[in-house]
Amino acid sequence: MPDGSSDARSTILDRVRKANASVSGDHRAADYDAIPREYQRVASADRAEILKMFAERLREYDARVREAASLTAIPDEIRAALAEYGQRSALVADGFPREWLPDGLSWGAEADADIAAMDRAEGTIVACEVAIAHTGTIVLRDARRLTLLPDRLLCVVRKEQVVETVPEAFARLQAFAADALTFVSGPSATADIEMTRIRGVHGPRFLDVVLV
Amino acid sequence: MDQGTLSERKKTTLRISLFVACYNDTLFPETGKSVVRLLERLGHQVEFPFEQTCCGQMHYNTGYQPEAMPLLRRFVEVFQDSDAVCIPSSSCVAMVRDHYVKMAEAAGDFALRRDVEVLLPRVFELTELLVDQLGVEDVGAYYPHRVTYHASCHSLRSLHLGNRPMRLLRKVRGIELVELEELEQCCGFGGTFAVKNGEVSAAMLADKLRCVTATRAEVVTAVDNSCLMHIFGGLHRQGAGIKAVHLAEILASTEEGAS
Amino acid sequence: MSVRVGEAARAPSFQKAAHTLLKDDQLRNNVRHATDVITHKRAGVVAEQHDWQQMRTTASAIKAHTLRYLDEYLAQFEATCTAAGGHVHWAADADEANRIIVELIQKHGGREVIKVKTMTSDEIGLNSVLEASGIHPHETDLADMIIQLGHDHPSHIVVPALHKNRRQVREIFMRAMGLKELGDKPEDLTEAARRYLREKFLKVKIGFSGANYLIAETGGVCVVESEGNARMCLTLPDVLITLAGIEKVIPTFGDLEVFLQLLPRSATGERMNPYNSLWTGVHTDEGPKEFHVVLLDNGRTRILADRESRETLHCIRCGACLNTCPVYRQTGGHAYGSIYAGPIGAILTPQLFDMEHSQSLPYASSLCGACYEVCPVKINIPEVLIHLRGRVVREQQSGASLEAIGMKAMARVFTSRRRFEAAQRLGRIGQWPFVSDGWIRHLPGMLGNWTAVRDLQPMPSQTFRNWWREREKENHDA
Repeated sequence: MPDGSSDARSTILDRVRKANASVSGDHRAADYDAIPREYQRVASADRAEILKMFAERLREYDARVREAASLTAIPDEIRAALAEYGQRSALVADGFPREWLPDGLSWGAEADADIAAMDRAEGTIVACEVAIAHTGTIVLRDARRLTLLPDRLLCVVRKEQVVETVPEAFARLQAFAADALTFVSGPSATADIEMTRIRGVHGPRFLDVVLV
Repeated sequence: MDQGTLSERKKTTLRISLFVACYNDTLFPETGKSVVRLLERLGHQVEFPFEQTCCGQMHYNTGYQPEAMPLLRRFVEVFQDSDAVCIPSSSCVAMVRDHYVKMAEAAGDFALRRDVEVLLPRVFELTELLVDQLGVEDVGAYYPHRVTYHASCHSLRSLHLGNRPMRLLRKVRGIELVELEELEQCCGFGGTFAVKNGEVSAAMLADKLRCVTATRAEVVTAVDNSCLMHIFGGLHRQGAGIKAVHLAEILASTEEGAS
Repeated sequence: MSVRVGEAARAPSFQKAAHTLLKDDQLRNNVRHATDVITHKRAGVVAEQHDWQQMRTTASAIKAHTLRYLDEYLAQFEATCTAAGGHVHWAADADEANRIIVELIQKHGGREVIKVKTMTSDEIGLNSVLEASGIHPHETDLADMIIQLGHDHPSHIVVPALHKNRRQVREIFMRAMGLKELGDKPEDLTEAARRYLREKFLKVKIGFSGANYLIAETGGVCVVESEGNARMCLTLPDVLITLAGIEKVIPTFGDLEVFLQLLPRSATGERMNPYNSLWTGVHTDEGPKEFHVVLLDNGRTRILADRESRETLHCIRCGACLNTCPVYRQTGGHAYGSIYAGPIGAILTPQLFDMEHSQSLPYASSLCGACYEVCPVKINIPEVLIHLRGRVVREQQSGASLEAIGMKAMARVFTSRRRFEAAQRLGRIGQWPFVSDGWIRHLPGMLGNWTAVRDLQPMPSQTFRNWWREREKENHDA
């Protein structure tokens, strides 16, 4: 540790305590619990509306959404999604159910791929942890490089994973609070040049969601 | 409030104390006169305590907070026995409402703070008094002109007057109201800001003037003469031929005594 | 402690800077266009959020609570982050932070660093310190890259290059990237940026970022972005250094649910920005093998100590106040002479310096209150501005200045009816030299700023109170 850092630590903490001498008490927990939370924290719409909103908001971000009628229909939807790009291969995240992948295309495993492979890959296939209808968000756990480097990202979202609100998502994510989480809401974008929103700067430019 | 408006409760005509505001007293007496005529026409009694001077806003906002304290005390002393205080200046009302309690507390004067707290519910901006307390929107006014309304920042964001001014204006006979674009945008007066940052103030004024002249109105109105002084100063310099008239003067105007 | 806020200590006064900037029509057009677009978008997504006001209340309460127990939360964050494999460093001021960061990079023999946008690094002047130490920082946010390659300064918290249009950006890119041809559509420009940076992302071993939120409960860090460059810098390098002001800490993971709703809507008018990255310490499967957090004071504890203005530290750097400010709209960010511009800059910059510099900033406002209305964490900026003006008058200004003398004289006038009425009489007489053709068109000294663009009506011959007196007399006599 560089010199003096522990001095800085006590200096800073002393300054903070002095600054707070007349305002705080011994009741941090009670003070925290007293914070008013009257914003929406539970669902207010029915499931059909929630799923409809989710698909709509994804489409507003230029993501493509397909619906699979059942788990067995997933491979066909993935096949169709990739065909639209003429894509014949993808890297698959560790833990992604193999039975969801269609035959006849070329799959690579995340565990076997190095950075160069990810950079070259045509696309990525992944499942998510939870999805948020209100904001059109899918929350991924791990697989950070895999879902960043290739230009196309396909995510399978199960309907029961879709919640209406952000607070509901956080309730579900509490168990993974110390993991590497990535919230994805559409393809990457920038509005830095004359406020014109441009898609796809560094992350995947194409996002496909298969909802089942 | 379940007890009904002030005048209902009193069951008689209301005795209203007028705090005309230092700059109105000196530069825009017509506004004060209009308030008096209007309230008397509506059947109420107006009194004017001569000991009043200034609410202290200019000093307080410019960083001379200690100098504003005696003005606070003076205000409280002059008006503490009033039934209702009417102020035709939303920035002065905001000063009293938003700052007086804190100022008294910071001075460690808890008796004063109590006096302020007890007085505050009886202090009203003009349109608040008319619409909320006297329960009137049609004040019997006649003003056959094309008029546009500018929402002053204090009326909008401190007092949340909302559509009270417009509700009163809509009931004025003969008036033609035209909406001002960007009506909620600050005109650039900002008290001493107009001289301390004169160039930016002028740039903001230019935007406001563009919107005002685009309405092709004859008159621009507001509930604050501070904004109007700034806007009219610019309009006149431009030779735009548009007048600035305080809302009170429009409401006081009738077929007989046009303002 | 010696505080640095970029070049703010040497910047000209706001009035002086504004004078020059108001003449730049291109800049003013760009600023106006950009702020109009964002405020319009923000209004739309806020209107659809029925619990917006409740969320503001909660966010403000969370921040206020955290500040009250800041020492405990900082200590908790240090413990949880360290337990997860991170290293936590403390820096009392800018110099110390720079020293820590340079040493960390040099320890790894690094000559290049890929950087994610963070205003905090501009605050401490990190880039020039790095260059002086033989380390080249590559800005990877598109706008910061535009600024860096164009040798310019940021003019906005969220959209730093909004003062540049596409033609200006094209010129900068062609020159810096050595391109013989380049389209000027925004798509062409971002494509150029994408290719240019991709190579850096894959090669450079040391990454540097800021943090939007530090989570005390878990030791986690949250970074909010749109372009994907942060994700690149946070996951690909071997070593990651994150710099954060001490006010960035929030109590729990769950508290993010409020901030992640308020920030994107306030900053870019979106329901959610494209990417939010959350990580905790070092993750075994991927990501940097070494992770350092540098906690920065640099004047923040002094702001904390001022009860009237500690709410300044609630700021989550959304930029909404800039976009809505009618003053900023006219001048753009450079007028504030600091990395922190607009309404938040007007209160943050002078306070970081304990009011020793940037004293003109608290006066760079008409107190219209639009900023307070949009602030997601309810910082009452107008109140803080007034408080800071009081501090400027008390601590920095001479009591013998013309303004102070004038204000004290006016206060004396207002404390007595007789003096007030005498002053009214005096004014009516004294104004005559300035009245021509029924109007005052020219006033001396500072009051000349009024008459520069406005006419002034002279005082009427009868004040309101004299009219009242006469009327009373008439009523009595009648």
